[in-house]
Amino acid sequence: MILNILFGLGVALFGFVLQTALGGINRKVIARLQKRYGPKWYQEFLDIFKLLSKRATSHGWIFDFGVIMALGGIIATAMFMPITNELVAFDGYDNFFIFVYLIAVGMLGMAMSASGSGNPLASIGVMRALTTMLAYEVPFMVVVLTIINITGDSSISMIAEFQQLANNHWFIIALPLGGIVAILALMGMLGKKPFETYIAPAEIASGPMVEYGGKQLGMLFIMHEITVFIEVSLFVHLFLGGAENIFVFLVKYVLVYTFVNLISNVNGRFKIDQVVTFFYKWPLLLAVSQAIIAIYLGWVI
Amino acid sequence: MKSTKFTELTQEQIDRKWWEIGDFFRRNSLWMLMYCTGCCAIELPPAMTSAYDMERLGMGPMATPRQADVLLVTGYLSLKTLRRLIYTYEQMSEPKYIVGFGSCTINGGIYHDSHVVINRLDRYVPVDVYVAGCMPNTEAVMNGFVDLMDLIKSKKADGWKRYHDNYDWYKKNQEEALGEVRIKDEFHE
Ligand code: SF4
Repeated sequence: MILNILFGLGVALFGFVLQTALGGINRKVIARLQKRYGPKWYQEFLDIFKLLSKRATSHGWIFDFGVIMALGGIIATAMFMPITNELVAFDGYDNFFIFVYLIAVGMLGMAMSASGSGNPLASIGVMRALTTMLAYEVPFMVVVLTIINITGDSSISMIAEFQQLANNHWFIIALPLGGIVAILALMGMLGKKPFETYIAPAEIASGPMVEYGGKQLGMLFIMHEITVFIEVSLFVHLFLGGAENIFVFLVKYVLVYTFVNLISNVNGRFKIDQVVTFFYKWPLLLAVSQAIIAIYLGWVI
Repeated sequence: MKSTKFTELTQEQIDRKWWEIGDFFRRNSLWMLMYCTGCCAIELPPAMTSAYDMERLGMGPMATPRQADVLLVTGYLSLKTLRRLIYTYEQMSEPKYIVGFGSCTINGGIYHDSHVVINRLDRYVPVDVYVAGCMPNTEAVMNGFVDLMDLIKSKKADGWKRYHDNYDWYKKNQEEALGEVRIKDEFHE
C-alpha cells in the first residue's frame, strides 16, 4: 500500500516535470510560429520557482486553504493515472469515473479560493470556467460512454489494451466523429484559444487568477501543469490506443499537446455564450450521431 | 591546500544563500505590468514582438499587479495617474522593481513646468532603472531590462526595501503632491 502511494506520487511528479518541460518547449514552438526566437526551454520551471520564492498576500483562510485543496486534489487525481499498460500505481482503480469525480475536487478548490479573494473579476472567471466545463463535458461524456459500451469496461488501461489487442484500431479512427468531438472537448478542457474565455487576460485580467501572486500563484501553476497532464493522458489512453511502453507514451503525449497548441494559437476567443452554443450544437450532434451509429447500427471501423 | 572541511553556516549565511538562489530565478523570469502612462509606451510593442522579442529574456506581460514583478512606468505622470500608480505599486508582491521610461520620469521632460505633471518619479516611488531618451529607442529599452537583471544579480535592485525603510519620506512627498493617499482595499471593507 505504501509502495503504491509512493508510486502514485511518482506519477504525479513525472506528470509535472513532463508537462512543465513540454510547456516551455511549446512556448518556443509558438514563438517560432510568430517569427520570434522564444524563451529557454526550461522557462516554465524558472517561472514556477520564482513564484514560490516570492512573498504573497493572503486574503483570508479560504483563499489559502482553497489553493492547497486544489493542489492536493489534483495530485490525488494524477496518482491514479496509468502511464503505460504496466505502469499503473493502483491497479484496477484507474476507472474513468474516478477521474471525473476526483478532478472536480481540484477544480472546486480553485473555485472556492478564487471566490474567497473577493475580487469580482475572479468570480466572473470562476463562473465562466464552470459554464465552460458544463458545455464540453456533455458531448465528451456521450463519446466516452459510447466507448465504454463498445469495450464493456470503464477502466482506462483496459480500454487502452482493448485498442491494442484489436490490431491497434484506435478509437480516434474507429469512431471518427467521436474523435473530432474529443479533440474539441480537449481544447475546451485545456482552456485553449477559442475556448479560453475564462482566462481572458485582456478582458477580465486572467479571471480566477486575478488576486493570486507569489506562493499561491506558484502552487496554482503546479496544479495547472498536473491538470493538463491528466487531461492529455486521458485523451492518449482513450482515443490513441494508450501506450505499450513509456517511449510511445511520450511521443503520443508530445504530439497531442503540440497539435492542440498550434491550433490554439491561430484562433481568436469566443464569448461565453458562444462557447456554450458551440458545444451544445455541433459537437453534441456529432457525439449523439456517433453513439447511434456505433451502438445501434454497429458500424465501428 | 584549502580545507574542504564542512563548516557550520550561520543562519544569516544560509538565508543569504537562499536569497541568491531566489535571485537567480527572479532575474530570469521577470513579469511586467505595463502601466502605460505616456507616449514612451509605443516602444513596448517592438520590444515584445519579433523585432526584439523580450521573451528571450524570460519576460512577459502580466494582466494584474498581484502577478507582476516589474512595474513599467512609461512616461509622464499626471497627478491623477500618479495616485493610481502608487495604488498599483503597493499591491504588487515583493520583491518588486520599477523601470522608468524616458526623460519625463527623470526630470519632467518636455512637461517639466506643467502644473499637473510631476517632475521626478523618484520622489514618490523607488525607481530601480531609468531608460533615458525621449522616446528611448527599443535597444535602449532592452538594455534597460538587461541592466535590471544585472542589478538584481549584484543585489542593488533594492527599491522595494528602500520604500519600506524610507516610507515616511515617500509618504510625505506623495501627500504633498496629491493631498491624501489612502490605499483603498475595496474588496475587503
Ligand atoms: S519622455 Fe518623451 S516620449 Fe516619453 S512620455 Fe515623455 S514626452 Fe513622451
